[in-house]
Amino acid sequence: MRVLAAMSGGVDSAVAAALAVEAGHDVVGVHMALSRNRDQFRTGSRGCCSIEDAGDARRAADVLGIPYYVWDLSERFEETVVADFLSEYESGRTPNPCVRCNEHIKFEALLDKATALGFDAVATGHYARVVTRGDGSRELHRSPNAEKDQSYVLAVMGPDRLARAMFPLGGFATKAEVRAEAERRGLSVSAKPDSYDICFVADGDTRGFLRDRLGSRPGEVRDVEGNVVGEHDGAYAYTVGQRKGLGLGRPAADGRARYVVDVQTSTNTVVVGPAELLSVDRVAAEKAVWFDSSLVGPVETTHVETSPAATTWRDVELQIRAHGSPVPAQVRATPGTPGRDGVVAHDGVPGLELRLTGAPLRGVAAGQSAVVYRGTQVLGQATVADAWRG
Amino acid sequence: MTTPSPGVGGSDGRDGEPGAYLDHAATTPLSSAALAAFVAEAGRTGNASSLHSAGRAARRAVEESREQLAASLGARPSEVVFTAGGTESDNLAIKGIFWGRRRQDPRRIRVLVSAVEHHAVLDPAFWLAGHAGAEITLLPVDGDGRLDLAALRAELAAHADEVALVSVMWANNEVGTLQPVRDVVRLAHQHGIPVHTDAVQAVGQVEVDFAASGVDAMTVTGHKLGGPVGVGALLARRDLPLEAVLHGGGQERGVRSGTLDTPAIRAFAVAVAEAVESRPRRAAALATLRDALVAGVRRVAPEAVLRGPEPAAIADGRAGTPARLPGNAHFTFPGAEGDSLLYLLDSAGVQASTGSACQAGVPQPSHVLLAMGVPELDARGALRFSLGATSRAADVDRLIAALPQVVDRARAAGLVSGRALTGGVA
Repeated sequence: MRVLAAMSGGVDSAVAAALAVEAGHDVVGVHMALSRNRDQFRTGSRGCCSIEDAGDARRAADVLGIPYYVWDLSERFEETVVADFLSEYESGRTPNPCVRCNEHIKFEALLDKATALGFDAVATGHYARVVTRGDGSRELHRSPNAEKDQSYVLAVMGPDRLARAMFPLGGFATKAEVRAEAERRGLSVSAKPDSYDICFVADGDTRGFLRDRLGSRPGEVRDVEGNVVGEHDGAYAYTVGQRKGLGLGRPAADGRARYVVDVQTSTNTVVVGPAELLSVDRVAAEKAVWFDSSLVGPVETTHVETSPAATTWRDVELQIRAHGSPVPAQVRATPGTPGRDGVVAHDGVPGLELRLTGAPLRGVAAGQSAVVYRGTQVLGQATVADAWRG
Repeated sequence: MTTPSPGVGGSDGRDGEPGAYLDHAATTPLSSAALAAFVAEAGRTGNASSLHSAGRAARRAVEESREQLAASLGARPSEVVFTAGGTESDNLAIKGIFWGRRRQDPRRIRVLVSAVEHHAVLDPAFWLAGHAGAEITLLPVDGDGRLDLAALRAELAAHADEVALVSVMWANNEVGTLQPVRDVVRLAHQHGIPVHTDAVQAVGQVEVDFAASGVDAMTVTGHKLGGPVGVGALLARRDLPLEAVLHGGGQERGVRSGTLDTPAIRAFAVAVAEAVESRPRRAAALATLRDALVAGVRRVAPEAVLRGPEPAAIADGRAGTPARLPGNAHFTFPGAEGDSLLYLLDSAGVQASTGSACQAGVPQPSHVLLAMGVPELDARGALRFSLGATSRAADVDRLIAALPQVVDRARAAGLVSGRALTGGVA
């Protein structure tokens, strides 16, 4: 096959490219330039956006003996990932830019261009496993490396894109093995530190980044009774479930820790309250992607008078953070965005509804990615629209 | 759907099948005579500045090279300053003349350069603007990339007594347009203003005579005409105020310090002599091949737009003088991106260039095309094909055979990117 290896300059994507070469594919390395103004993006330890990273990727391609190109996807990155990041925070939601990058950049802009240029697949250094079934269809599974597993941020790609994706690191149980593979092949990136945080936010200072881009918008912090308990510089910088950095002058009357329980952008108000207000056991999510629609069962007609039909409830596990643990839940697919009380909107945007069957979750924020698993298999993904205590 | 294997590793010209190398303007193979001269000299020891016999032998090789180079280019030996190549020569000319002229007259802070100069001229000029109080004027060009002489005349009329120097290249490295250097000299010299020209792309392809051109300084380099990389010269009239950029041992009349690279200089002089002597024959062969390339591209990709002068065009009022380098062809392909074209051609064993500078590998729209009035979107789909002494008809045939599918695919990829950019993907 003709394979485009996305090469960030880090060790994972270099080894992924090497494994694709050794599997006998015709491999071309491509580094995605995601920022026009390279000074904006951090340099040094981070792996993806600096000139050093582009140089590391080029060097790895040289060692592997494969052609290497840099594709400028900076405009698209700004228009989708960064713009979405800003508008989501601005509307009081909590985005995951890595999910958006996989959705719009790696498995859309890059994959579509690669396909048009005649490539059969895009290989990346993600930690996730692809299982091909007897009928040729493909399943997305967790990596055996629980710590590095990236199936959560990949789920958004859906089955059509998965058919043209390749994750050569899928079988690796530890990062140490990947580093050893890099060293064995003479790839100088073998000892490069792992990347964390958001690549376009320098120093990991998300609040500072938002302030620079969205400006200062002072407002009030109130408790659930409506009393003003503090001030803030912009409600957009707060996330439901956040405890640190609230800057509240005096402690709560009952002396208990306070958390952000709501971000009301219409009134530019941050609402704080006790931890128990963060507990939810119902989640409504929008823009659902299913890897196999038959998994969510046949359509149930109970709600057809008030809303479009939903499917029957199925037992699954739900994960709502990249590094969170899955919790038992029941899911059903809805042909429109679900709301509270089982009402499904006639908006034609596929959604999903979840009800937790074990302990409640804390700090579920709108905008987060809800990924539904059965065992190691990813069944579907959607964006959290609402969460409440049922 | 799969396509034939791109033959990874086979198209880089270093191992296996060499492919069609159509990027001679980037660098062209070392000639066998230059290689022999280099090897012969590299086996000897001797610093040309030493006074003992080994030093004298090296000195002799350098001076013979100087005489040979001067004779090839219509200069006097004393006008030759050896450097490490085109970029150094351009830096020495722009900074050295600016500083020299300003020392004579502090009012002379203006540097006039064409908008289509190589970055080796533009960047030192703008460095002077940022660090030495220089004022830079970018002289406009017409749709073919040819200097607007009226703009130069107007600029000189307005500021003649503040101008330090004028720099206009002999031939453009991207679109191959020959510049009216003699007219530039005539206009500038009316005001006593010195002229520098970067002739890196011109020597060996068109007639270049330093004295006859009237320019005060001229950049030449080795590796564009069959010499080694890392050696070049600035030809500079003796009466030209020229401050040193590199200070040290005082070699090259104190203008360019540094131990002389005898093997490289020897090979450089041999290559220039060879290129100049064979020029009439070689230029005609290049032009014939280039015309076939242009006709072939137009046949299989009719939507492609030739940038720069028509190959058949002649320079104003000079019968027999072409308006464009014989070895250059440059096209923009609407709807395609240069890097896609480059990749697909490379996969098909054809090596070309987008012609413009890269920033960390990211192709930027060419400042040359933008100065010619080409819209940015079109400028992104540029490809330069440049021929040299080793080019053969088979190279052109290979390009023309590969091009239809390459352009189709690149346009399909461009459509995807375009759709993605406007957010039209569901």
